[in-house]
Amino acid sequence: MYGIGILKGLGVTLKHFVETYVDDFRWLGKRYYNEEAYAVRQGPKATGIFTVQYPEEKLIIPENFRYLPFILYEEKDDGSIEDRCTSCGICPKICPPQCIWIVRSNDPETGRPIPAPTEFFIDIDICMSCGLCAEYCPFDAIKMDHVFEIASYERMEHHILNKEQLSKPVSYYSSIQPKNFRREEEARVAKEAAKAAKKKEREAKKAAS
Amino acid sequence: MTEGLNNPDIPIPDELAGSIAITTLDKIYNWGRRSSIWPMMFGLACCAIEMIATAASRYDLSRFGMEVMRPSPRQADLMIVSGTVTKKMIPVIVRLYNQMPEPKYVLAMGACASGGGPFKEGYNVVAGVDKFIPVDVYTPGCPPTPQALLHGLITLQKKIDKQSILKVNWYRKEAIPAIPIPILGPDLIDPRDYEKIRNLPPVQEESTAEA
Amino acid sequence: MTENVEVPKELDATIQSMDNRFHDIVTLDDRKSYTGYLVPVENLIDFATSIRDDLGYDYLSSVTGVDYFPEEKMEVVYHAYKTSGGGALVFKVQIPREKPEVPSLISVFPGSDFQEREAWDLLGIRFSGHPNLTRILMWEGFEGHPLRKDWKEPFFEEEKKPYKNRWPEGGVYRIEDEVPMGKNVKYPLGFDPQKWTPEEQTTFKEDMDSEAGDNGSNGSAMHTDQIVVNLGPQHPSTHGVFRMVARLDGETVVDLYPEMGYLHRNHEKIGERNTYIMNMPYTDRLDYISSMSNNLGYALAVESLMGIKPPERTEYIRVMMVELTRIVSHLWSIGFLLNDLGAFFTPALYAINERELILDIFEATAGSRMMCNYLRFGGISRDLPDGILETVRELVNERLPRKIDELDTYLTENEILRSRCIGVGVLSKEDAIAYSAAGPVLRASGVSYDVRRADPYSIYERFEFDVVVRYNGDVYDRYLVRMEEIRQSLRILHQVVRDIPEGEIQTGKALYQVRVPAGEAYGRVENPKGELGFYVVSNGKPNPWRYHIRAPSFINLTALGKMCKGEKVADVVAILGSIDIVLGETDR
Ligand code: SF4
Ligand code: SF4
Ligand code: SF4
Repeated sequence: MYGIGILKGLGVTLKHFVETYVDDFRWLGKRYYNEEAYAVRQGPKATGIFTVQYPEEKLIIPENFRYLPFILYEEKDDGSIEDRCTSCGICPKICPPQCIWIVRSNDPETGRPIPAPTEFFIDIDICMSCGLCAEYCPFDAIKMDHVFEIASYERMEHHILNKEQLSKPVSYYSSIQPKNFRREEEARVAKEAAKAAKKKEREAKKAAS
Repeated sequence: MTEGLNNPDIPIPDELAGSIAITTLDKIYNWGRRSSIWPMMFGLACCAIEMIATAASRYDLSRFGMEVMRPSPRQADLMIVSGTVTKKMIPVIVRLYNQMPEPKYVLAMGACASGGGPFKEGYNVVAGVDKFIPVDVYTPGCPPTPQALLHGLITLQKKIDKQSILKVNWYRKEAIPAIPIPILGPDLIDPRDYEKIRNLPPVQEESTAEA
Repeated sequence: MTENVEVPKELDATIQSMDNRFHDIVTLDDRKSYTGYLVPVENLIDFATSIRDDLGYDYLSSVTGVDYFPEEKMEVVYHAYKTSGGGALVFKVQIPREKPEVPSLISVFPGSDFQEREAWDLLGIRFSGHPNLTRILMWEGFEGHPLRKDWKEPFFEEEKKPYKNRWPEGGVYRIEDEVPMGKNVKYPLGFDPQKWTPEEQTTFKEDMDSEAGDNGSNGSAMHTDQIVVNLGPQHPSTHGVFRMVARLDGETVVDLYPEMGYLHRNHEKIGERNTYIMNMPYTDRLDYISSMSNNLGYALAVESLMGIKPPERTEYIRVMMVELTRIVSHLWSIGFLLNDLGAFFTPALYAINERELILDIFEATAGSRMMCNYLRFGGISRDLPDGILETVRELVNERLPRKIDELDTYLTENEILRSRCIGVGVLSKEDAIAYSAAGPVLRASGVSYDVRRADPYSIYERFEFDVVVRYNGDVYDRYLVRMEEIRQSLRILHQVVRDIPEGEIQTGKALYQVRVPAGEAYGRVENPKGELGFYVVSNGKPNPWRYHIRAPSFINLTALGKMCKGEKVADVVAILGSIDIVLGETDR
């Protein structure tokens, strides 16, 4: 009775200790820096030591991972760029800690608002990485980034990101979240097709009447 | 070997030519310090959980010589401010900071410690620990993932690498003044602000209450 | 209006029949979509005693105040339950706003102690007869009662979110640049810091002091003094920033008094300014180890106000996430209980390993390891990504049961654990109920009360699982309850991954501005730490009028002093570990 519980416990520890070597042996020294081994080592079948050797080897970031937001722009064939954001104001309205500031401006000639933000700020000292802005943007213009290596020595200058710092091309988005991107593109194409069809129908109706 | 020591591949200005030995010493000195940063075991809020996860086996702080988390400030080199700093807590944090021996570093982990975070507008929240104690590295994120914290720590190591034994202030004769400990009054009182508080224009006080 | 009041008919009947004394005095709360009864202030104690003794509502779950500022009145809302199960009996007292004073229920329900102090601290409602009505979350001497609607914080920008200047003008600024001090502080007019003297912080009441005096004089030659020892707020085993003031006689705890508020983040004040959906990510930060279940509690409260139900698939996903969260939380708490007992880090490391695998699932699904923000009103933010269900199956069916057994062999029979835990920190069944303890603390004391069973929500009535009960009420039993609850969660998860249907994930369209009709709702869930309740009052506007959280970690601490009395000081740490508090929720 006495001591048996402790011995059992030590047995478990010993098992963990041995498992690492067994696993090392199984991979014949290829346990680290090897994608195949990584998938097993960090999945539900993991045995032995569980460490990711961070700066050299990084955890695979799932698509839905969210860190800080960024805004998207389209690269046109002729080299010009166009913001996806139409400055509709939904994201600054839904942001829970209210850390998005958007300046919308008016066309100097017509006086009507231009559907693009003149300025776009996010205070990353307030942002709670909730992802609501990305979720509710109707134009898929703001998305959550995967970059997390942004430690700095100073915050007063660097921590309010402006439009320039926030903007990234759509191609970047499609590279970090390929599945989400594809799904959204499909939805968009479908929506546009539906719109076009509706328009055509209306025109047809008009023509008929 | 001596060749390498005496000719560190750093460009040395002429006026410093005599201190080559020091720069080499710096390398060793800094290497020793950066490879054994002992953080203080001190968690504030949600970010502390990620800090513990960083110390656990998946991320394993001991690969950086940082696994020795000391509960006592006297034995710690690094204060990881891991979470929301509240007014009720800040006197304690300043006191802990004062008790840490030099050289000491502060890493603000997460949005809250850096600048108030999502709770910034709250009445009991200090909008950034740097309002009271100097911060060396800021790690944004809410919460910073363990890897982001590790990146912050590596950033801190880089900072340590740049320090020079000649310039650091903890070998100077004069003592480094302690930071006055804030007082909990009708609201948080920073002793450094006495003058400002007394001269607060009453009109403006009124207007902030109304605005 | 009565047709809108969802009072079970038989409950109404019992109230009416219970005692003729109350027949004419107690009135039904007939505001639209409100429930419960209005009790006159003078009859409150009588009424409370009567429902406890005559009707069996022996468990006072939540006490909170509401500031009805425009109507110049305040209301104190009580939610009482039967430990045998069933719905709530809600009763309220209304008092004028200038002089809010209510008799304290501490003599009837000792569990109201901290909650009344909180209402005093934040709303300025005086509870006459409370033995120690001091501030609990803020410090003594703080100016004002912050949750009152006319109290404004220094960083106050606007009454309601969203703030108007964010768009389309968007002049970016840091709010500290806009206030006179550049800091988040404000002082009374004409305040002079140097003439001001701090108020005396009395942590121990007078009667305790007198008790201290006659200890040494009991005939023994040796005169021993009692000393007061502070544990925390920076202490490695207080699980965060929590302070315990203990009066010790040698090694024995004579009295212990928890002191909190070091992480009071003004959740409720901010929550009342937020719109409904904005509060969802904030709830993650309550009990930050189990964010998914916090989301569920809040979603249930608002959904009941809105009168919607999520689709079938969503219900399953929700239960899956919540049960995974329970495993995470219990693993964490078991690991750290051992840490507190001195088994430094090894058990915690094993527990965290499994936790990491579950967090991977959260990260792939919801996008974040800890702050999931996954649930929406009537749905979830996104469907499960491909392949996650397989990972969950593999974890639930193969890995976790094995690992839990391993942890079991590792710990349960361990002599050190047993000798440190058995018989320590005993809380009797009666006390557990009286002190409104919840969750594993309550169940380890022999009360078979689990909200999932007693008052089922979501789709819990479809699953087979046992409510885990132990009868000794000590630290060891709480440990065992948690261990067994992990197994029961796995059992539920087996059924979930077996039955989960395909289908929609959102009822209606996901809108960024939800319309919530006026009324009140109390949504409660069985969180890993205990019963988590959200009391939400809506006045039909986009922001909640009142948003209160019944935090299990906070209320479980009411019994801490009781449990620790007479124990050794080293055991206090273990007892605290066994209650398993999370400071984000304790202090909010
Ligand atoms: S919601 Fe999208 S389109 Fe609208 S302002 Fe924000 S980023 Fe621009
Ligand atoms: S992630 Fe959340 S907090 Fe951050 S900018 Fe978007 S909505 Fe605001
Ligand atoms: S930054 Fe976010 S995760 Fe960290 S303490 Fe603040 S609210 Fe919590």
